[in-house]
Amino acid sequence: MIRFILLQNRQGKTRLAKYYVPLEDSEKHKVEYEVHRLVVNRDPKFTNFVEFRTHKVIYRRYAGLFFALCVDITDNELAYLECIHLFVEILDHFFSNVCELDLVFNFHKVYLILDEFILAGELQETSKRAIIERMGELEKLE
Amino acid sequence: MALSGMRGLSVFISDIRNCQNKEQERLRVDKELGNIRTRFKNEKGLTPYEKKKYVWKMLYIFMLGYDVDFGHMEAVSLISAPKYPEKQVGYIVTSSLLNENHDFLRLAINTVRNDIIGRNETFQCLALTMVGNIGGREFAESLAPDVQKLLISSSCRPLVRKKAALCLLRLFRKNPDVVNVDGWSDRMAQLLDERDLGVLTSSMSLLVALVSNNHEAYWSCLPKCVKTLERLARNQDIPQEYTYYGIPSPWLQVKTMRALQYFPTVEDPNTRRSLFEVLQRILMGTDVVKNVNKNNASHAVLFEALALVMHLDAENEMMSQCVALLGKFIAVREPNIRYLGLENMTRMLMVTDVHDIIKRHQAQIITSLKDPDISIRRRALDLLYGMCDVSNAKDIVEELLQYLSTADFAMREELSLKAAILAEKFAPDLSWYVDVILQLIDKAGDFVSDDIWFRVVQFVTNNEDLQPYAAAKAREYLDKPAIHETMVKVSAYLLGEYSHLLARRPGCSPKEIFSAIHEKLPTVSTTTIPILLSTYAKILMHTQPPDPELQKHVWAIFSKYESCIDVEIQQRAIEYFALSSKGAALMDILAEMPKFPERQSALIKKAEVAEVDTAEQSAIKLRAQQHMTNALVVTDQHSSNGTPQSVGQLSLVKIPSISGDEHTSADQELSQANGTLATVDPQPPSADLLGDLLGPLAIEGLPGAAVLSEPNAVSGLEGVPIPADDAAAIVPVEKDTNSVQPIGNINERFYALCLKDSGVLYEDPNIQIGIKAEWRAQHGRLVLFLGNKNTFPLLSVQALILPPVHLKIELSLVPETIPPRAQVQCPLEVMNLHPSRDVAVLDFSYKCGTSMANVKLRLPAVLNKFLQPITVSAEEFFPQWRSLSGPPLKLQEVVRGVRPLSLIDMANIFTSFQLTVCQGLDPNPNNLIASTTFYSETIRPMLCLIRIETDPTDRTQLRITVASGDPTLTFELMEFIKEQLVGIPTAPRPPAPPAAPVAQPTNPAALTDPGDLLAGLL
Repeated sequence: MIRFILLQNRQGKTRLAKYYVPLEDSEKHKVEYEVHRLVVNRDPKFTNFVEFRTHKVIYRRYAGLFFALCVDITDNELAYLECIHLFVEILDHFFSNVCELDLVFNFHKVYLILDEFILAGELQETSKRAIIERMGELEKLE
Repeated sequence: MALSGMRGLSVFISDIRNCQNKEQERLRVDKELGNIRTRFKNEKGLTPYEKKKYVWKMLYIFMLGYDVDFGHMEAVSLISAPKYPEKQVGYIVTSSLLNENHDFLRLAINTVRNDIIGRNETFQCLALTMVGNIGGREFAESLAPDVQKLLISSSCRPLVRKKAALCLLRLFRKNPDVVNVDGWSDRMAQLLDERDLGVLTSSMSLLVALVSNNHEAYWSCLPKCVKTLERLARNQDIPQEYTYYGIPSPWLQVKTMRALQYFPTVEDPNTRRSLFEVLQRILMGTDVVKNVNKNNASHAVLFEALALVMHLDAENEMMSQCVALLGKFIAVREPNIRYLGLENMTRMLMVTDVHDIIKRHQAQIITSLKDPDISIRRRALDLLYGMCDVSNAKDIVEELLQYLSTADFAMREELSLKAAILAEKFAPDLSWYVDVILQLIDKAGDFVSDDIWFRVVQFVTNNEDLQPYAAAKAREYLDKPAIHETMVKVSAYLLGEYSHLLARRPGCSPKEIFSAIHEKLPTVSTTTIPILLSTYAKILMHTQPPDPELQKHVWAIFSKYESCIDVEIQQRAIEYFALSSKGAALMDILAEMPKFPERQSALIKKAEVAEVDTAEQSAIKLRAQQHMTNALVVTDQHSSNGTPQSVGQLSLVKIPSISGDEHTSADQELSQANGTLATVDPQPPSADLLGDLLGPLAIEGLPGAAVLSEPNAVSGLEGVPIPADDAAAIVPVEKDTNSVQPIGNINERFYALCLKDSGVLYEDPNIQIGIKAEWRAQHGRLVLFLGNKNTFPLLSVQALILPPVHLKIELSLVPETIPPRAQVQCPLEVMNLHPSRDVAVLDFSYKCGTSMANVKLRLPAVLNKFLQPITVSAEEFFPQWRSLSGPPLKLQEVVRGVRPLSLIDMANIFTSFQLTVCQGLDPNPNNLIASTTFYSETIRPMLCLIRIETDPTDRTQLRITVASGDPTLTFELMEFIKEQLVGIPTAPRPPAPPAAPVAQPTNPAALTDPGDLLAGLL
């Protein structure tokens, strides 16, 4: 299962953090710092997987943004790696050509999208269309 | 894209972005937090919009890494807002700012439940999402039935149901009982027919969690999983939106195959065939393509298929396809695939015997050990560690050692631990092992934990042949200009103990050794100095005739440290100084350290501790466990968490056996309890004083006998004193070293089997020996189940029975080889000739690697197995009792120091040993009468009568009377009962020291204890 999801930029500023396991606030900030340190200097030619404490972080870099999922040691790495990409495609679709600024100013939307995509640390919906349509429904309600 | 409607929030975010530095940002954040705090204080003037805006700001500030220690209440209160926009913010921010352990969350349970059972679909979704993300145990208990209803409801949209499925998964993880209700497994099976792939994806995740917990209940889901997988793999009827770069939902495929891995097997031949067809297709049909995403997605599916094939132990052909694929993967340049190839090869080693094939790739794997990417290096290290065996240990360990000098810090500790373990496990000879460890300390001293050097000291102490070699090596390292402090410790220790063995070699005179060590003293820390002082004392002691100059020098050092601020150093200095002036007495006190009792290697233990936590148990691990239980279906697993007693197990060394005779050691024990130990202790009591002083080594404890024998000197020892008799039970004799450690306590297993007829007699990492017995009169038929737990065969298996004179035992042929994961049954016929408490011993050995594992196990063919309960009436009892008038047919003893037991407990113990407790025969309610029949070949079935008189005012003493028609039987039965009552239940024999029974002459007239008053009733 996914323990947490982090979206951070190269400077380590967190743009989205979602935890599916109970952590104290201080622990969350520590985790964010450590994961940033862990992935930021890795060579692009390296694997997208890196051990983190007793789990592993699956990460991928898009321009200046790092998307990182922390999952169980036994989980399927490539499936989660593509899960990151699918999420990016959804964001890209929703914001039409997403950039970091979109995510900064609309961070609350990103949380909404994520909640349609992943729940309880597991994939909920893999159809881009279903999620975009759902977002449309929700926008109407606001 | 502008932020709709919340200008204040946008402005705040812009402000933050415009801050020039961290300090400005903090000021801006503090200002905002102050503002929010003030506004929240006066809630009345706050519009729902403002509240919403502030709560979002709080989340943003929190995300920036600042502490937000207020406002949680406001976020939670928004959950109960009537309108969607506020409610939505309430739910989302609450699930980001709070975690399941937060008290405020409880306040919301009712609102959340109302939203879940209410009619508003949007509210349902919000509530399910929050509970799914942060719900805790309390939510599980109060909401599970409602969530289950939504999941199977036909009126809900898929949108709600997929959220319900994952919400339920969360609740299940918090409390499995709330989901495992009657009929739920059928519902799950129905859910797998779902057409909506979103709901199916979510339900499949739920199923994975459910089957990992209990696959039995979900067998009906298995064929449906196979169908789903077929449908996806063949791309039949999959909507376009669920294909990802042309691949039908790779995630659902992966999840489905994951679920299948939790079923131990696929029994139905048709389902099995379909599944294999699909798997074959995946294995053969996955090509490397240019598009990264497509490639990743298809390989995600492929790797999961590999895992499933490994799990199903598929036909050899498929397995070899897997190995071939993995062999290809570990050689590719694409890092992710290579990483996964290495990882899955390691997994494969855990499930099947592919060592030989994988060995072919050794060179390739070693290349990956030098990859620039630490992730790949780690996988390569794991794989090398996993594939290491006797044949390649030398190469692999040397490779690891070489790599150690250049490895990055993050890996050195793991590397050195692994190298140390491999060296220990697979050492072709012990001198090589010593070489490796010393090299390890030399190259990576900072990363070599104390356990590693303790271990090498233990090995050397326990293997005399090794001592001169180790000492010589230690001496060599001392000549190096700068050595690590750990090296100083280990060399000083070894040379203190064994340098006298080198006496004639150049550079090894006591004086030279001393100065080589002493040279290092200025460079070491206070934890090492005590070891050096002990070494000096020992060198001094070994220098015969004494060398006055050396003596003077050492004494000067001792007196220098007499005023040391470090207590440990000071104490040693003073004590050694005083001791060394005693001359000959020094010899005993500073004698060589006794051998260490064998225990599980602390290193291996350490490696095992690194458990990981995962949401679901690993399928591979589960499977390994299933394998073990399958291997011994007939035996109940006797789990004992007790720490294995040191001597009662396989030993890696010769331990000077404390005489094989049980009675002797019992006597010894007795006399120790009486304080007359000096005359009987077969071991010199000298060494434990040093054991105390050499504090760091005490972690592994010292031989039990030594500990017991010198009560004044053991204060600092953590080792558990071991009753000396256990050494007699299993006498470790093998010259060959081996590192096989039993799992569980052999003694406990034996005692348990004395009371029941089937169970595990012995277990270690390689083999499990189960036993199943049937007893009829004087005959017994035992079956030994020898189960090989490994993926490689166990060779040179030998089982010999060492029967006591009273038992005739025939063991059928035991095969020399036990194939991988196979179980062999060996029947054993037992006939009881005459009464005796002696125990038959099974001398069992097998070859593990190059070394022999040998263990001597007591067989539970004990006296009580030849008893059959019989009920006697008063008319039968009294005449018989009277006719057996006194010794030797009727014996009576008062036993003190009995473990206090109620009469009921005592009666239960008797019943468990096949003695019938006869109610109402004795008019005194504090007494107990029992009867039984004893069967043997030489005497006719013999009625035995037992009477126990207890003293209600003192439960620790009682009087036992045993009568039968055979003097030996009476005597043996009396002793047997005493054993049971004195040290119940795990170690009934022989009496534990504090509970030593005091045997009294059986003449009733001579008794003066309260028990006397009870006499003569009959």
